Amino acid sequence: MSIVPQPTFLALDWWALGPVLALTAGTILLLLLEFLPQRANGNRGGIVSLLTFLASGYAVWRVAGEKRELFGGMFVHDPMTVFFTLLFCAVGVLATLMSWDYLKRTKINQAEYYALLLSSVLGMVVMAASNDLVTVFLGLELMSLALYVMVGFRRSQLESNEASLKYFLLGAFASGFLLYGIALLYGATGSSNLAMIGAFLADTPLATNPMLLMGSLLVFVGFAFKVAAAPFHMWTPDVYEGAPTSVTGFMSAGAKAAGFAALLRVALRALGPVMVDWTQLLAVIAFLTMTVGNVTALLQGNLKRMLAYSSIAHAGYILVAVAAGGPEGASAAVFYLATYSFMNIGAFAVLTMLGKGREERVLMSDLAGLGFREPLLGLALTAFMLSLAGIPPMAGFMGKLYIFGEAVKHPQLLWVVVAGVLNSVVSVYYYLRVTVSLYMKEPEGEPVGISWGAPAVLAIVITLAATLWFGLQAQGLWIQAQNSVMGLL
Amino acid sequence: MLAYLPVLLFVLVGLGFGAVTIGLSTIIVPRRENAVKNSAYECGVEPVGNARGRFSVKFYLVAVLFILFDIEAVFLYPWAVSFHQLGLYGLIEMVLFILILLAGYFYLLKKRALEWE
Repeated sequence: MSIVPQPTFLALDWWALGPVLALTAGTILLLLLEFLPQRANGNRGGIVSLLTFLASGYAVWRVAGEKRELFGGMFVHDPMTVFFTLLFCAVGVLATLMSWDYLKRTKINQAEYYALLLSSVLGMVVMAASNDLVTVFLGLELMSLALYVMVGFRRSQLESNEASLKYFLLGAFASGFLLYGIALLYGATGSSNLAMIGAFLADTPLATNPMLLMGSLLVFVGFAFKVAAAPFHMWTPDVYEGAPTSVTGFMSAGAKAAGFAALLRVALRALGPVMVDWTQLLAVIAFLTMTVGNVTALLQGNLKRMLAYSSIAHAGYILVAVAAGGPEGASAAVFYLATYSFMNIGAFAVLTMLGKGREERVLMSDLAGLGFREPLLGLALTAFMLSLAGIPPMAGFMGKLYIFGEAVKHPQLLWVVVAGVLNSVVSVYYYLRVTVSLYMKEPEGEPVGISWGAPAVLAIVITLAATLWFGLQAQGLWIQAQNSVMGLL
Repeated sequence: MLAYLPVLLFVLVGLGFGAVTIGLSTIIVPRRENAVKNSAYECGVEPVGNARGRFSVKFYLVAVLFILFDIEAVFLYPWAVSFHQLGLYGLIEMVLFILILLAGYFYLLKKRALEWE
């Protein structure tokens, strides 16, 4: 037994813990604030959550260069934590901005929505900062439980209820897999600490140990579900379609980035020594995920469903980077996650503005002629679609370039790179279908009304700027991405 | 395998306890059955019947809230056991923990989640 030093508050690292503390405090504050009277037109929830995200981002940025372990090594503050915490705070700010008017017009309870948004981001931060399988699980559950509820927030709509229940049941099932995997990994290696598992595996040849293999496989299944990788992607289209549009945008970026952040930590830090054996399996799953996502997206008439399949396809591209492994592959994955978050949230921010009042107009046919009636909105959506399709000079192109550029250095991954590039070509068809609808179709019936709102416009401007900037000046973000995975290896 | 002997004993004692209590009560209980006595106790559901019967969602709500505060009590035990080692730090931690849960309690009171009607 080691002697545990007497814990004190002075020894706590307040800045490194800042995001966790701020997000917790913000959540509780929002729940209690709901009982104070509010002006009919006010948005206290939005303001509190914006401030909380900014405070969290500031706290972690202040100690960005430092590396610390907290809570007996269960929670680490390292460049990866900083990178992902800042990303999640940005995602949170953007989600708040695009929810601002969307919630008002769809009559969604605001205080609880923002409280859940904060606790979901808190879960993401914990996932990205975890250095222990238990903390990974804690963060994942915190994120997921909040998301299950947020998905069902349009509670008078049947499809929202269905989405929530589907996500919950399948998500709980996936959590079971993850937990069983964690138990087996603990049994095989004698520790739940990622660094200690890594050290143990480096010394002890256990690569063919069935308990280790089964455990890693089950843990991977748990993550694959959260990031919507085939064959665990079945929930994605229904959940993305049924959820409020702002929630879909938030979870498609945040939950995916958090899932991959935790996956990268577990894969590189704990299972690093045995990852070589996983390359081909990951490549096959990446191939399946890309292909299923892209081919099915071709047939979708609903934009939210189309973006759901597109998000599956993007998970496939990122898995190619994970399969490539090593610091370069991991930084390509991190870079892609950051750029994908911005362009995807941008696309969803445009969608939140389509329709008046409680109606939701997200069919491909609703876009007909929109490019001429609302030139700026049309242009923004076109830019996001081009970026998602991976066309230069957008950020999506640079992301794909880094991923395929890294993967092609491994001869055994050549086939999946070729498949990935072909998949990108396929995806151009359905992304451009949106553009065709915007500019080359005549509207049938009543044209879709636009609910303008300054916050949503701001979100679109920010994401558009980021999408262009990371496409033209990718170097800066690439260096940050490389720094962020340094501590893992 | 000897290391797993306590587990085996635990399972045996668990099974034995169930078997003995149920067995004893079936043997020694006086049987004077009537309709009221055979009905489900107070707020319970009929134990035999269609499993797809509907019952009020309020049961779930109460169950969920019960678990929440039940877990709170569970977390108090390890703290109480190691109270002397943790000292003031542990006390403040626990007060914070309970305050956070109290915020939740206050929230559900104001939301009138505990009122049956």
